[in-house]
Amino acid sequence: MTRKGKRMTLIVCALAIIGVAVALILFALRDNIVFFYTPSELAKKQASFGVRLRIGGLVKEGSVVKNDGRDVRFIITDRNKDLEIAYTGLLPDLFREGQGVVVDGVLEDSGKLRADSVLAKHDERYMPRDVADALKKQGVWQGEKK
Amino acid sequence: MIVELGHYALVLAFALALIQFLIPFSGARLNDPALMRVARPSAIAQFSFVSFSYAALTYAHVVSDFSVVNVIENSHSLKPMIYKISGVWGNHEGSMLLWVLTLSFCGGLIALFSSNIPKKLCADALSVQGLIGAAFLLFILLTSNPFARVYPAPWEGRDLNPILQDPGLAIHPPMLYLGYVGYSIVFSFAAAAMIGGRIDAVWARIVRPWALFAWIALTLGIAMGSYWAYYTLGWGGFWFWDPVENASLMPWIAGAALLHSVVVMEKREALKVWTIFLSILAFSLSLLGTFLVRSGVLTSVHAFASDPERGVFILAILIFFIGGALSLFAMRAGALPLGGVFAPISREGALVVNNLLLCASCATVVIGTLYPLLLESLTGEKISVGAPFFNIVLIPIALPLAFLMPIGQMLAWKRGDLAAALMRLRFAFIIGVTAAAFFGVVYGAPLLSIFTAGLALYLIVGSFGDIVRRVVSGGMTARTFLSRLGGLPSSAWGATIAHSGLGLSLLGLAATGWGVESIVAMLPSKAYDVGPYQMVIEEISPREGPNYSEIFAVMSVQRQGVSIARIEPAKRFYPARKMARSEAGIVTLGLGQLYAAIGESHPDGTIDARLYYKPMVTLIWIGAVIMAIGGLLSLADRRLRVGAAARRAPLSSLQGQPR
Repeated sequence: MTRKGKRMTLIVCALAIIGVAVALILFALRDNIVFFYTPSELAKKQASFGVRLRIGGLVKEGSVVKNDGRDVRFIITDRNKDLEIAYTGLLPDLFREGQGVVVDGVLEDSGKLRADSVLAKHDERYMPRDVADALKKQGVWQGEKK
Repeated sequence: MIVELGHYALVLAFALALIQFLIPFSGARLNDPALMRVARPSAIAQFSFVSFSYAALTYAHVVSDFSVVNVIENSHSLKPMIYKISGVWGNHEGSMLLWVLTLSFCGGLIALFSSNIPKKLCADALSVQGLIGAAFLLFILLTSNPFARVYPAPWEGRDLNPILQDPGLAIHPPMLYLGYVGYSIVFSFAAAAMIGGRIDAVWARIVRPWALFAWIALTLGIAMGSYWAYYTLGWGGFWFWDPVENASLMPWIAGAALLHSVVVMEKREALKVWTIFLSILAFSLSLLGTFLVRSGVLTSVHAFASDPERGVFILAILIFFIGGALSLFAMRAGALPLGGVFAPISREGALVVNNLLLCASCATVVIGTLYPLLLESLTGEKISVGAPFFNIVLIPIALPLAFLMPIGQMLAWKRGDLAAALMRLRFAFIIGVTAAAFFGVVYGAPLLSIFTAGLALYLIVGSFGDIVRRVVSGGMTARTFLSRLGGLPSSAWGATIAHSGLGLSLLGLAATGWGVESIVAMLPSKAYDVGPYQMVIEEISPREGPNYSEIFAVMSVQRQGVSIARIEPAKRFYPARKMARSEAGIVTLGLGQLYAAIGESHPDGTIDARLYYKPMVTLIWIGAVIMAIGGLLSLADRRLRVGAAARRAPLSSLQGQPR
């Protein structure tokens, strides 16, 4: 193979790999990213059903209903709008009413969110930043207690 | 008093770092050997002062000196001693001090093992190392002082975050930092080579052991962190594609690419520009990781506190070093003579393909990690990019890489014979296909797991192809076989072992597809199926620990009614922080594990539990350890060993007089 030919092989090879990687990234970014909303933002966006979402807010006091130990229903609120959540599984250790949580799930046509994961804040000094921001936006942020 | 001395030592270390930067640098420009000789003692002195400072902070933690803010916020008099010592780095200030300690340790290592490298290169490298040290010492002194006092001192501390109270804390951060910061050595040498303008095979030979050293430490650090997350979070997961985890994966991939390209540079004097670029990239990604984790842009258990001032400071350091190195690179790269263009089918051609694939993977991880941050700062939209993104993008890049690895190893330098290489690997192909068929019959779907497991076995077996090719020939006697085996350089074993380690990890990852997860409300004395096993709760009771109280369940693991193991998953409550945490119960059966975590108990006597059956899961970490062992074998190679090289001609004399 000539020197030019060798160089061309290398360049074609590099371009092919870069091209495939870029195509994969664009493809995956279109379908596999999840948007984060508060219940109020969700109400404004009118997201279509069947879409994966991540919702952050507080667990509304008195809204947690457990059936059978594993099926849980509760309401996430940002003190402005509410959203009903249905979840099957174990709740995290720090899940409590009135506390900040982030849930991942799919919006059902009943308007409920079928969650497949529930994350609670980790300790009293630290809250998922998404939740803190959402609460600040709603003006119900209570500050970091020392 | 000791605390104040520690603070003072840190200030002196800063001054020494400035000396280490300025004097050898001027010495190298003025060609003054006396000034250049300042580099090594000042690096060792800087390390001693940072060590003293670090010891002083550890002392404050050990004696529970609650007049120090850092101790109040992260310690408790009842905390077990191991967490008093390792808890020093379980917070922002302490972990930055550990970062700088590791950095000055790396400077000390260069100083100790550089007797036979060109004087000017050594002086410049230590000078760059000193500048990095000065920047981070200034960062600690100005924004993150771990020695701040408070008056009046409280009686008790606030305790360490319970999630961090685990033996993993004693190993994972130092190991990871050794890897992260180890790349600073490679970076410093790259910068020094560009300043001095001499970039050749001698440089590659000097840098290769350091690149290996950092990569080994990073491999072990990441594996340790992953196993820790696996057993402590109670979710059974070992990798969450969390930006903080990605922060450690990015330099690891770039470092793996560097390990391979530096070989080409050493053997063939080619890929020079590219190797220098990767040397800069690996440490730049370490700095990026430090920025992501320590600046407060991300929230995670790793980001201890967010403070905008710190974020801006680290960002400034990041921009200065990455920008500086890349500008230097832009100035020098054009002037470098192009290396020989080589045949696509050859060892070096295969290594180029390896580098392309690794860099493509590294770029996807960088994009997946930074895209949400950029999007949020530009548009305010919040998104999360998680496992689905990385699986779709990385699997199609990583699997072909695994397929090509043994083939590349079988190709000769300069001109390889693809058909012969494939022919020699036919045994590995057969093993791979047979294994896939076996796993398909035993475990069944998903298809991706069957395919990946087959590929993994092909990789494990195929990795030994190179050794077999070198040792086995038709009609040889046992004696020639043994003498050839003994004559193999340990770096040949290193590559083989490391590649087969990757194969083992791949097999463990493939097997995650066959795991069983079951979330149940368990009644005591009733058996619940988990894969081929059953689990029964025999007893639930409370227990008191040193600084926590817990509820634990004694579960017996049974197979066909026969009890084979007992595990004790627990739920712990730490009163000092009012935090709860699960402690998973894990039993290893063969290569697989059974994993149980308990949750809330209910009035009807049931207790929530997550039960997992994970076949072959331990291979993920065993594979990583074997990769590291492969790296160590390469590092032990006489031809590479830094200390042993002294017995041969000094490297500098290979290229005439040092300039």
